[in-house]
Amino acid sequence: MASSPIAETHPANTAHHHPSLQHQFDTLEQQKESSTLGMWIFLVTEIMFFGGLFLAYVVYRSTYPQAFAAASHTLNVLMGGINTAVLIGSSLTMALAIWAAQVNWRKGIVLFLLLTIALGSTFLVVKAFEYREKFEHHHVPGPNFEFDGPQPEHAEIYFSLYFIMTGLHATHMVIGIAILGVLAWFAYKGKYDSSYYNPLEVTGLYWHFVDIVWIFLFPLLYLLGAHLHGAAH
Amino acid sequence: MRSTFPLFPQSASTYSGEVDRLFVSWSVISAFFTILIAGLILYFMARYRRRHPEEVGESERAAMWLEIGWSVIPLLIMLAMFAWGLRVFVNIYRPPADAVEYTAIGRQWMWKVQHPSGQREINTLHIPVGQPIKLTLSSEDVIHSFFIPAFRVKQDAVPGRYTSMWFSAIKPGVYHLFCAEYCGTEHSRMIGSVIAMEPRDYESWLAGGTAGKSMAASGADLFQSLACVTCHRAGASARLARGPALEGLYGNQEKLADGRTVIADDNYIRESILNPTAKIVAGWDPVMPTFQGQVSEEQLTQLIAYIRTLGPAGSAPAGGTGGPNAGATDAAGGQVDANTPQTAGPATPEKK
Amino acid sequence: MDTTAVARSPITTTPETAFERPNYLNAAYGMRSWLLTRDHKRIAILYLISVTVFFALGGLMAALVRLELLTPEGDMMQPDTYNRVFTMHGIVMVFFFLIPAIPAVLGNFLVPLMIGAKDLAMPRLNLASWYVYNIGGAFTLWAIAHGGVDTGWTFYTPFSTHYSNTYVISTALGVFINGFSSIFTGLNFIVTIHRMRAPGLSWFRLPLFIWSHYATSLVIILGTPVIAITLLLVAAEKLLHLGIFDPRVGGDPILFQHLFWFYSHPAVYIMILPAMGVISELVAAFARKKIFGYRFVAFASVGIAVLGFLVWGHHMFVAGQSAYAATIFSVLSMLVAVPSAIKVFNWTATLYEGSISYQTPMLYALGFIGLFTIGGLTGVMLATLGIDVHVHDTYFIVAHFHYVMVGGTIMAYLGGLHYWWPKISGRLYPGFLSKLSALLVFVGFNLTFFPQFILGYLGMPRRYWSYPPEFQVLNVLSTAGASILGVGYLLPLCYFIWSMRYGKRSGDNPWGAIGLEWDTTSPPPTENFYTLPVVTHGPYEYNREEVHNRMTEEVSLG
Repeated sequence: MASSPIAETHPANTAHHHPSLQHQFDTLEQQKESSTLGMWIFLVTEIMFFGGLFLAYVVYRSTYPQAFAAASHTLNVLMGGINTAVLIGSSLTMALAIWAAQVNWRKGIVLFLLLTIALGSTFLVVKAFEYREKFEHHHVPGPNFEFDGPQPEHAEIYFSLYFIMTGLHATHMVIGIAILGVLAWFAYKGKYDSSYYNPLEVTGLYWHFVDIVWIFLFPLLYLLGAHLHGAAH
Repeated sequence: MRSTFPLFPQSASTYSGEVDRLFVSWSVISAFFTILIAGLILYFMARYRRRHPEEVGESERAAMWLEIGWSVIPLLIMLAMFAWGLRVFVNIYRPPADAVEYTAIGRQWMWKVQHPSGQREINTLHIPVGQPIKLTLSSEDVIHSFFIPAFRVKQDAVPGRYTSMWFSAIKPGVYHLFCAEYCGTEHSRMIGSVIAMEPRDYESWLAGGTAGKSMAASGADLFQSLACVTCHRAGASARLARGPALEGLYGNQEKLADGRTVIADDNYIRESILNPTAKIVAGWDPVMPTFQGQVSEEQLTQLIAYIRTLGPAGSAPAGGTGGPNAGATDAAGGQVDANTPQTAGPATPEKK
Repeated sequence: MDTTAVARSPITTTPETAFERPNYLNAAYGMRSWLLTRDHKRIAILYLISVTVFFALGGLMAALVRLELLTPEGDMMQPDTYNRVFTMHGIVMVFFFLIPAIPAVLGNFLVPLMIGAKDLAMPRLNLASWYVYNIGGAFTLWAIAHGGVDTGWTFYTPFSTHYSNTYVISTALGVFINGFSSIFTGLNFIVTIHRMRAPGLSWFRLPLFIWSHYATSLVIILGTPVIAITLLLVAAEKLLHLGIFDPRVGGDPILFQHLFWFYSHPAVYIMILPAMGVISELVAAFARKKIFGYRFVAFASVGIAVLGFLVWGHHMFVAGQSAYAATIFSVLSMLVAVPSAIKVFNWTATLYEGSISYQTPMLYALGFIGLFTIGGLTGVMLATLGIDVHVHDTYFIVAHFHYVMVGGTIMAYLGGLHYWWPKISGRLYPGFLSKLSALLVFVGFNLTFFPQFILGYLGMPRRYWSYPPEFQVLNVLSTAGASILGVGYLLPLCYFIWSMRYGKRSGDNPWGAIGLEWDTTSPPPTENFYTLPVVTHGPYEYNREEVHNRMTEEVSLG
């Protein structure tokens, strides 16, 4: 599509050497700045998206502190803690994949991307076990919901928010893993090296963001109970 | 009675005239600016029309004083109108101390109104002219909105909480009552009338009706039949109480177990009945069962009307009127309990 | 074909040869070349088609509403049908017409042209946004085809989540998905405006159209995700029987309103800011004069975008929020009117000592200024606490926001389409018919909506299927106006389609306008410019010598 007769006459098109340079940009530098800025703006929308949820959480948490503490107490802090460590590790391997690109170690890019995918998947598997536990205990909101603490209906609001927040976070993880899979394939094909690795950087931004969301979710959802119970006794 | 083609609504409450003055003033200001802009545009169009095809406009002559002028002048006008609007709003928002408490519960698709005397109505509200009326609103299902155009007043009725509005009619008449918040299929049929009557006519209307017990008396009945009284005891048997005494509660600050304090208003009492463990009063155990599903919205308002009449701890329920802790909000309740709880309150245990 | 020779001599070509030159329309043919295009101009055309379909649908619903309200008794359709019709009118018009109309059609076409870029920064994302828009639209259309939704476009809980038994979930998902198309467009604009400007094009040499689209994009970026999560919660609550907004289990329906209006009030600025950008271009071009107070107008756009996020609570004055909150929201709402007033005064002042031509786009632009003034002033009246208590949720509100959105946004959209149509299609449209349409829209609009101000103050609530008989005369006037308005909208649809094939060739610059988009051929080539533009001056400097020789080119539409 790049070779219309007009494109030929465009002076800027003489800079068309790099195969990854898209036609609307003049230089690879401009393309890189654009996609990075685009991802930052996208992350702003993500902050607003999760922000709405956090607001709802804060409102109900301050309205029904006891119910939220009791419901939070049923979560498995160990599993949540393991998952936090797993995610932080995956951020490290993601950063290492970019480093491998910078030092032109192509096999390293593939290796670290696959490691990131593996850690991300581990997180999802652990999450799935946690969800199963909730189903077994009838802690899933809906007609079968049961909770033998104070104010079960308010605990149900907690679990509604729990499932929506962690569910949306997990959805972001799944999307991230899919993108990483594509990147790993391209990296295997040798598309990235120290002259061009912008997709890795941009995806890295996304991956770190998803990680940070979890860093907020973990204390809000898991550790809240421990804190309030400590205060109550 | 009503004009067939009105262009301006009837004005029938104490503050409707003020709202109209504000509205008309704004309309005049708006008309002035609209005509100013439109006039300038038409004048410039004629004066500076293009006379030959290659003509271009003059260079811009930027003028800071103009920019500042047309930013600041509208701002000042708006701030002045804001202040006026706020004054009117505060008046609409804050009921006078002598307002009498009525309740209206919305449900798809009707308004259930109850007078302090216990009289009930559907989609109609009879009121005495000249008497400020505080209407407490709630809803059994979705959000509704109680709107009386002739009084220039409107308030949403929100399920799960109380909101309130007040008005005082200045002339007898039949006025539209609309539901203004979209509430489903029959939204536009959720309409009725507010009938303002001379106080004498209102009294005879009340007398002719099938008024049951007053709201507070019905609440007192419920207080017994729901066995609230077994735990919320005061006076001699206070040792047996498993919950705080409710005498003198209304309108006062309550200290909670988690250190917070709340004002014991309608919404707080409502929550304490439906979700007793949500806010535990300091010094008590969370042992009260929920009454969710056992009391209707109307019964809730009756219970609250009863609790409002309870005086300070130690005195008999009837002694509530104007007690030292009762506060200004109690004035309305005072009118009710002047004749009811003495007879209704203690007399009811064997009723059910 | 060797077109290099032609391509090297731009601008000076006569209308007759215009169509032999390569342009984005004849660059490729066939369905595939359109559906897989990454050219922002072709995507704009795709959007134009989609948006027009939704506008027609929303207009049809409006016609049904007005017909029902001819008589006080609800005698044309059942109340449930009526409720669905006005709901779908609102949802289709707000989410699928007003929000995308100017940014996705005119903005898409013009942003790269006006800043001297070959395309938007992310052409594939741009195409994706059109597909996402249509997928969201398909969800909504599916809901309409199966019987529609009856919640009102506001989706208020707990009615929407626990009482309505209509297609709330698919509609909410449709709007949710559609939100991504807005976000993609806004994101693309911000990146493009930051990174793709031609050499020499500094921020204060940008056309005001670009400023307003930049401000719009900011609002889209910050607001749309919030409505997305809110509607997702509504859908989840209905689907899974959660209780987040259900008062029966302690949920808070007012929280929904806060979240909803946090987006949906700024959404009003998503609709009106691009319209203001269009009007700035039109007034400058047809008065041939630099916009008075350029910097003030530019900063007013950004000011509106920022302040617009602080006023959502004025939709809830009677919903039971505290008096303090109401006071703050009231005064902030007044502040947001100041930048709007600055714009109106500056446009008017631009006409002073201008060289004013009465071409069709200018008629639309001047109509916009008048109607927007009324819409804005009644908006300030509504922000006044004492008045809002009475007129909230009445026809006064309905009239007010139609003055802003129909009198504002649609007038500007049509004005912009008429102005840039030669740029888009290389053709002219009939002069008399187009001026007639501008007149019909203006007259029909006022007749439709001015009586509704009176109805509102009289106390007629909105969303009423039947009403007390004393309101009938004004309702009949309103319906009569709507039929005139309908004709006014149908005319451009007919003659634009006609002109694509039969319209007179327009030449490159029929209005003698300046601005980068007129520095290339009409229609432009795929990559927009033959030589990379270098900008040395501001956007509206009609007094420079080298501009003068172009002014003879202005055509008569006849």
